[in-house]
Amino acid sequence: MVIRFLPLELMQGESGQVLLKGLLATLELTALAWLLAFAVGIVLAVIRTSGLKGTDTVVGAYVAYHRNVPLLVQILFWYFGIATLLPMVVQKWLNVHGGGFFAGAIAVGLCMAAYVGEDLRSGIRAVSKGQLEAARAIGLTFVQSMRFVVVPQALRNVIPALVNETLLLFKNTSLLMAIGVGELTYASRQIETQTFRTFEIFAITTVCYLVISIFIMLGGRALERHYKVAGR
Amino acid sequence: MLDILHDYWLLLLIGQYPNGPLGGLAMTLILAVAGILLAFPCGIAIALATTSPYAALRTLANGLVYLVRGLPLLMFIFWAYFAIPALLGENAPGVLTMLIALVIYESVYLAEVVRAGIEALPGGQTEAARSLGLTNMQTKRLIILPQALYNMLPSLLSQFISTIKETSLGYVISVNELTFAASQVNSILLTQPFQVYLLLAIIYFLLCFLLTAAVRWLEKRVEQGRRERKVKS
Repeated sequence: MVIRFLPLELMQGESGQVLLKGLLATLELTALAWLLAFAVGIVLAVIRTSGLKGTDTVVGAYVAYHRNVPLLVQILFWYFGIATLLPMVVQKWLNVHGGGFFAGAIAVGLCMAAYVGEDLRSGIRAVSKGQLEAARAIGLTFVQSMRFVVVPQALRNVIPALVNETLLLFKNTSLLMAIGVGELTYASRQIETQTFRTFEIFAITTVCYLVISIFIMLGGRALERHYKVAGR
Repeated sequence: MLDILHDYWLLLLIGQYPNGPLGGLAMTLILAVAGILLAFPCGIAIALATTSPYAALRTLANGLVYLVRGLPLLMFIFWAYFAIPALLGENAPGVLTMLIALVIYESVYLAEVVRAGIEALPGGQTEAARSLGLTNMQTKRLIILPQALYNMLPSLLSQFISTIKETSLGYVISVNELTFAASQVNSILLTQPFQVYLLLAIIYFLLCFLLTAAVRWLEKRVEQGRRERKVKS
């Protein structure tokens, strides 16, 4: 038996097309889920630090659910469970227009929102109370002192954690193959069943994931360095 | 939903055992426990390598950490899924495949936990041990690791919870664990996916939530232990 290992061959022609589509879908899912995660995460953090009665329990329950149930199960629940509760018309539309994509982006986004929200909250709490008091004392309103004094310091503290969540989110989009979303892992499985060139296609996918991950890690480092305050 | 639990609790708990392979929640727990126990020594070895005074060893270990942290667990599962049968013959069980992928992945995450524990100790500990004449390895084994591991107990348990959640990925390669059992129930019933997957989510939630509560309790105990020792000295 001759062992062939020519991964570059698979990057051309039809399998190359499938691969490219998968890679794009992974990037789109990452972007969509990221926006959702940060939007919901910021809202969660603000609600929880507001100190209003009952908010702590509600946000706490949200966070506990998303942290203690495996993401794959959350995805299956969104796709097979919650989708079936929608009206028939919506379900049909989703089936035609690739409902797995949206269900998947929502599942990953909402799950990561719990983590992002907790990171932001701990960041806000780490800024000492005196900062807010001082800002108020020199005449800034509450919103202004949050915006110009507290939040910038809080964000700076949690950049490493947020970069980590971004990386996790990116890696977690691979789970969406379980509900048939045509992202990178799904695409490589597809090419594998067509060509039987298992190790070659998985070598390509592995390199793709690794390159993007390293890009995110290095980007995070650069961000950290950019916002670092001298002497701290 | 209760009737689903009533009819299928045995399938969800232990799979088709004793008439077929063990599965369900039992297999999830076996995978998670075996995974973390096997990953622990590997994790310590990697952590010692990343904090070692030899640059070559550090570079190698850091490279491994970047490699594993940069890839989804699913990638390791598929690599194992195709490589293990090629290495061990066609009959290699799916559980073994899943376990190997889990151990590789968890080793690196445990190594990060252990490294954080080692780095959190004051440098004076190493300096004092070395000036007493202990070798580098003796210092690590007798002075650094015992203290670091005690402080890390809560983080280690947290990692165990993550491992439980990660075993659910076995579903993708049809490993007979809890998520797979639930999908079997779903395909028997066909009409109640919402209830079945909600039930599945509740089971995982209860399991992991209780363990999270244990982590908090342990955190308090460890914190207390450290404070008491400080008072004594």
